[in-house]
Amino acid sequence: MMSEGPSISVSNLSKTYRILRREDRDTYAAEAVLKKLRLGKAKKVEHFDAIHNVSFDVPWGAVVGIIGRNGAGKSTLLKVINRITAPTKGRIELGGRVGSLLEVGTGFHPELTGRENVYLNGTLLGMRRKEIRERFDAIVDFAGTERFLDTQVKRYSTGMYIRLAFAVAAHLDSEILLVDEVLAVGDSDFQAKCLRKMREVARDGRTVLLVSHQLQTVSDLCNTALYLDQGRLVLHGTVEEAMEEYKRSFTRAAPMLKDAALRPGTGELRFTETAVADDITKPGNEVVVEFTVGANPGFGNRYHVSCFVNNEDGMVIAQCDSRVVDFWLDPSTDAQARVSLRTPWLKPGAYTVDLFIHAGGRALDIWEQACRFQVLPVSPYPHPTTPDGTDRGVVFPDFDYSQT
Amino acid sequence: MANIIITPPGRFSLPSISQLWEAREVLYRFGARDVTLRYRQTLLGVVWVILQPLLTALIFTLVFNRVAHLPSGGVPYLPFVFAALLAWNLFSGIITRASISLVSNRDLVSKVFFPRMLVPLATAYSTIVDFAVSLGFLVVLLIIYGINPGIAVVLSPIWTAMVILLASGLGLAAAALQVRYRDIAYVVPFLLQFLLYASPVAYSVAVVPAKYKVIYDINPLTWLLSEFRWSFLHQPAPPAWQIVLSIIVPVVVFLGGAFIFEQMERGFADVI
Repeated sequence: MMSEGPSISVSNLSKTYRILRREDRDTYAAEAVLKKLRLGKAKKVEHFDAIHNVSFDVPWGAVVGIIGRNGAGKSTLLKVINRITAPTKGRIELGGRVGSLLEVGTGFHPELTGRENVYLNGTLLGMRRKEIRERFDAIVDFAGTERFLDTQVKRYSTGMYIRLAFAVAAHLDSEILLVDEVLAVGDSDFQAKCLRKMREVARDGRTVLLVSHQLQTVSDLCNTALYLDQGRLVLHGTVEEAMEEYKRSFTRAAPMLKDAALRPGTGELRFTETAVADDITKPGNEVVVEFTVGANPGFGNRYHVSCFVNNEDGMVIAQCDSRVVDFWLDPSTDAQARVSLRTPWLKPGAYTVDLFIHAGGRALDIWEQACRFQVLPVSPYPHPTTPDGTDRGVVFPDFDYSQT
Repeated sequence: MANIIITPPGRFSLPSISQLWEAREVLYRFGARDVTLRYRQTLLGVVWVILQPLLTALIFTLVFNRVAHLPSGGVPYLPFVFAALLAWNLFSGIITRASISLVSNRDLVSKVFFPRMLVPLATAYSTIVDFAVSLGFLVVLLIIYGINPGIAVVLSPIWTAMVILLASGLGLAAAALQVRYRDIAYVVPFLLQFLLYASPVAYSVAVVPAKYKVIYDINPLTWLLSEFRWSFLHQPAPPAWQIVLSIIVPVVVFLGGAFIFEQMERGFADVI
């Protein structure tokens, strides 16, 4: 039952979080009471706009990609549309039932069997018992877990677990489907199945909203895109336009926590500047991180630095500790230095760099997400194949085969 | 289905009955899940449901009857305590399970949309199943001791419903508060333990000294426990005003709990 007009209409939507400074946050009522008594009502509350005055309409049958950097408000937007969290201002009108693949497998209980979980999860997602019964075979077939239906899911492999969970959600007959980063899971066959399913949904005239860091997925699947930056809707247009804007944002990106005083670490020495020499790069290119450390002549000892490269999942892909290559710096003068990574070859995606200053076992400066860079979706290999030839593994290895 | 409109929460929001009704199957699924989980991988399974109140009743009988020689209105002490323990376990079981339910289902609350009120409410399901099993055992006890409850037994479903309402109202409020303040997890068991001894579960209201009588008279559990003994053990009925209040108060407490819950619900995903 789809209504006339747009499927999703968002007007002047804002979501503001009140965040308390760490020392002001109470988890225990007792603390809250004590503090009230001592300080009266003077609490330092900061407001943080996760979404700021966003308006857009989505017509029926559209597959809309939502892109933006971490913390741009993409997931919050989906959460508000899905009614998990309430908006602070504005209004959303939805023209039909909303289904979500926000987090696959929430509501799955490890002690229950596959069959029991299909029913529990389906109900949670808003399916009627009859609907689940009708689609049960299709769900199980999609997941490919027939043999283990009466096994507790705690005995499932991660892959099976996720496939079954996704299968339930994918068979939800909602007019509007919200998808958040689920395609990062499963093997390539399964991913292909998921993509097909989403195209089907769109062909039926239903609407899909998709949040993804995988630009490839967005450009394969979506016909329009929203580009969000710091909670603001910068662009609602074609996928190409949004991608361009997204890529450009990386060159403009202000490093997070540029204010050294807010960063953890003892502060005896601080990084003053950093940059990635080539912040839009290709797999196989050298990544060079340049940085400057301010002087502190009073600090007697030499110190060393470290640099982490993290992928979008927050996984540390590479740790480059200067001790292991016997590189030390002298605190009496400003130090300018660079670290160059030749391998591994990084896979397409967004990366962040964390920088550290250490001396005598203590952390002097911890600068997380000091800078970012983007690796374009290009294959570094001489003979590109279909994605299933390169999509496993965290990095691209530099390898060759030879017959002996 | 008509359009769904999402707007910021108003100052006072009331629970949406239609939304709750729409999602009633979730209630059933949660309840069934709890029941299944509780007895999976246990050796004695459902025997525990009878064993727990029975052992407690035996201890109470030993302490309060054999050692302290308290009277029990002409009824053998074991069924006298067991009938009250049924009501008490229903009350405390619902509150205990409801109050931790949101925090222990954190993933669901922060990631899936459905009326959150169903999470604490559904916990009552498994407690009610336990109650039904122990009720069967009470019947066995009545037969063994040759007690005829009399006509008042037909009122017992009302008292049961009132205990459930009272406990659910308190459980809803405790669950909502616990999302923000984890202290509730420490306070609830303590209060329940206090209340167990401050209510006439293990002893008869008749043994309470006159100067404390008023404290007992204003405790809704006193009313409900007396009604349980009236309906199942052929004990004298409590005063009429207690019977009237024992129906009004649980309803008010339940609505109050639901209201508190609703005020806090929209912020759950942000603070849990």
